Amino acid sequence: MSDEIKNEQNDNYSLNDDRRVKTLSPGALVARRFFRNRVAVTGLVILAFMFIFSFVGGAVTPYTQDQLFYRNDSQKKQYAAVKENTEFRYELADGEDFPTMAQAKFILARKKGDKGEFETGDAKYLFEKQGEEFYAIYNSSNKLIAFGSYDLIEVKNKDYNNFEFKYELVKAVSNKQDELKYKKDKFSISEDGIVTDSSSNIIASASRYIIRALANDIILGDDYKEQLLAAIESGSEDFTFVNADGDEAVYSFKYDAATQTWEIMESVDTRVFDTYSFPTKKHPLGTDRNGMDMLTRLMYGGRVSLYIGFIVVFIESLIGVVLGGVSGYFGGWIDNLIMRIVDVFYCIPSMPLIIILGSVMDTMHVDPQIRMIYLMLILGFLGWPGIARLVRGQILSLREQEFMTATEATGIRASRRIFRHLIPNVIPQLIVTMTMNLGNTIITEATLSFLGLGVKFPFASWGNIINDVNDTYVLTNYWFIWIPAGVCLLATVLAFNLVGDGLRDAFDPKMKR
Amino acid sequence: MRKYIVKRLLISVVILLIVAFLIYVLMRSLPASYLEKIAMQKSQQPGSKSYEEWLEQLAATYDMDKGLIPGFFGWCSKAIRGQFGDSWFWTVPVTQKFSESVWLSFIMGGIAFILEILIAIPLGVLSATKQYSKTDYAITIVALTCYSFPTFFFASLLKLVFCVKLRWLDLGGLIGRNYEQMSSAGQFFDKAVHLILPVTTLVVVSIGSLMRYTRTNMLEVLNADYIRTARAKGLSEKKVINHHAFRNTLIPLVTILGGSLPGLFAGALITETLFSIPGIGFVSYQSMVQGDIPFSMFYLVFMSVLTLLGNLISDILYAVVDPRVRIA
Repeated sequence: MSDEIKNEQNDNYSLNDDRRVKTLSPGALVARRFFRNRVAVTGLVILAFMFIFSFVGGAVTPYTQDQLFYRNDSQKKQYAAVKENTEFRYELADGEDFPTMAQAKFILARKKGDKGEFETGDAKYLFEKQGEEFYAIYNSSNKLIAFGSYDLIEVKNKDYNNFEFKYELVKAVSNKQDELKYKKDKFSISEDGIVTDSSSNIIASASRYIIRALANDIILGDDYKEQLLAAIESGSEDFTFVNADGDEAVYSFKYDAATQTWEIMESVDTRVFDTYSFPTKKHPLGTDRNGMDMLTRLMYGGRVSLYIGFIVVFIESLIGVVLGGVSGYFGGWIDNLIMRIVDVFYCIPSMPLIIILGSVMDTMHVDPQIRMIYLMLILGFLGWPGIARLVRGQILSLREQEFMTATEATGIRASRRIFRHLIPNVIPQLIVTMTMNLGNTIITEATLSFLGLGVKFPFASWGNIINDVNDTYVLTNYWFIWIPAGVCLLATVLAFNLVGDGLRDAFDPKMKR
Repeated sequence: MRKYIVKRLLISVVILLIVAFLIYVLMRSLPASYLEKIAMQKSQQPGSKSYEEWLEQLAATYDMDKGLIPGFFGWCSKAIRGQFGDSWFWTVPVTQKFSESVWLSFIMGGIAFILEILIAIPLGVLSATKQYSKTDYAITIVALTCYSFPTFFFASLLKLVFCVKLRWLDLGGLIGRNYEQMSSAGQFFDKAVHLILPVTTLVVVSIGSLMRYTRTNMLEVLNADYIRTARAKGLSEKKVINHHAFRNTLIPLVTILGGSLPGLFAGALITETLFSIPGIGFVSYQSMVQGDIPFSMFYLVFMSVLTLLGNLISDILYAVVDPRVRIA
């Protein structure tokens, strides 16, 4: 480091030809001093990156700022319920009667043994177990009048819709036979209790499961029921059913022990907004609350923040320079008047005022675009007093200098004297202040947008992107929504301040290194 | 000196009147006010007067039916006597709500202010005495980063780290869940714990500018001739810095610190809102968003008074601390 300084000093004092030819303008000197300041250059690099990110990035990105993304989400809907029957159901022979009182007596009596008798009132009955949970019931004259079983019987073929057939069927099923003989016909019984004849037409079925449709407008077909029961008995947790039209649907079961029911859920594919999805290749920063690409929003948000910053600083500098220049140059009552106006504006609490105006615009439902313009105007009109004071202070001392006497002598008109001869001398300080103000304006805008009173949806701004953090769930779970925007904001404001700081040092001729 | 102060005071009063008038005009011209909402609600109650009648009555109650200028003078004459009317949103007198909430803000601001001074001034002095060293760069960058931090982002980061990840502190509010069951010491401690994050936010966000300001002034003083003289006398560097240089830096520091004293009452609008601390900032934020004109009007004027008072104090302090100014 010290060597460098020495060399530099040697260079400065050397009288070589290259030194004599190479004179540096004040601007170049400032630039040299600026670029020697590493911190300031870092700031400049960050700024350049942010500009490229926001303006070029926004143009390059394949999405637009308000493009919505969807994802397919499968939602489970109740479709059907299956319940295993645990109560006796009675089938009666033609013309016979088996009253409820007798049914209750039977339940009590069967606990005592496989075979026995019971009576209700004056009637006497006999019963005999003939298969698993299958009892034949006889009357006192030993005639089969009914049978009780857990199975639900459904006979498809009318020819066989009679008591005898049903009796044979349940007997076969409850004894786990795979064949059923009834009169001369022979049928085969599947494991699920479906009875088919030799040409595999379904004749009847007996099953311990009650199947009930839960969703509206659906009729459960035999195929469906058959496959469903097969799936339940095999112990699997879901099954795929292809209906007659060839549509495939996936159903999952859930067994509810309390009601001893299987709930069948149908998975329905729905298209929903792809909200708060985690970063993927398609969306490097995920998607936001509305299902918009976060990275793209960030780029466009940068544009808005920078635009607003520049326009606001432009407005406040314009007013500040004109009023400050006039005030400083003319002095006297004009100066007094303008400075009192400055005092008044200085005194107006700007943040509360903007909050009030923002909430008023909220209730008036101002169009977001127009609102953005209002925001810039308000911020600009409230921000100029500082610049006016700065310009005035500089001009007060500058106007006493000889070059001003010269302009007066040459008869240049006042406006030209102010804006061509005085203001350019204030430019260094002005640039420094403007750079710093850019950072502050961006923070103010972001704060307002964060409170929901600045830039509004559908426009993105770094502030309103972070706004989501008001939802504690987002704060906790979705870092990618708000941290990148905050980092961008911090980096940009910091960069503006670093550059401003570096410029101040560079413009100051007293600065020696 | 007295003449100067009197003159400044008179100018301040005139400015305050103008500012108050501007604020009054703005408030009066706000569309869709809270009054209309209340009138609408009241008129919908069974057997009630019509909406227009209610609106008229409410407007008369709150002096909203007069012209701008008579209305303003009416407001002024009441305000001077300390009557700012009833807050629409809080349904208590404005001054009552104000005195309920302002001390919390003041305590918070005061703690932050003291911490800020204790941290920023030594660091600013350090970075000036070691200009262009690594320490200086580090302090500069830290100061500028703090200065550039948007309050809400910093607060959110704090919440994420200390409330969500580490679970040490609550997300917001001033009192914990079982505040009522605590002993008085416990209650005090509970409140103190809830103020940690807001105060940290306030300190970090405002520390940067004071640090830079101290550094700039210290640098200026260090380049002065009397410092060279002090060094030439062979005084130790410690004595030069602490006795000769630092005392002279105090002149601008005291003026701006004195000037920021009234600001302690202003409340930290954003920070309090973020942490739901019921200080004057949060209270007035809710009032402003709800269109509570009496409270907003009071708060805006109060803020203006604080600003003017701050300027006045710093000007007077400047004259007190620096004898050279007094002659002028």
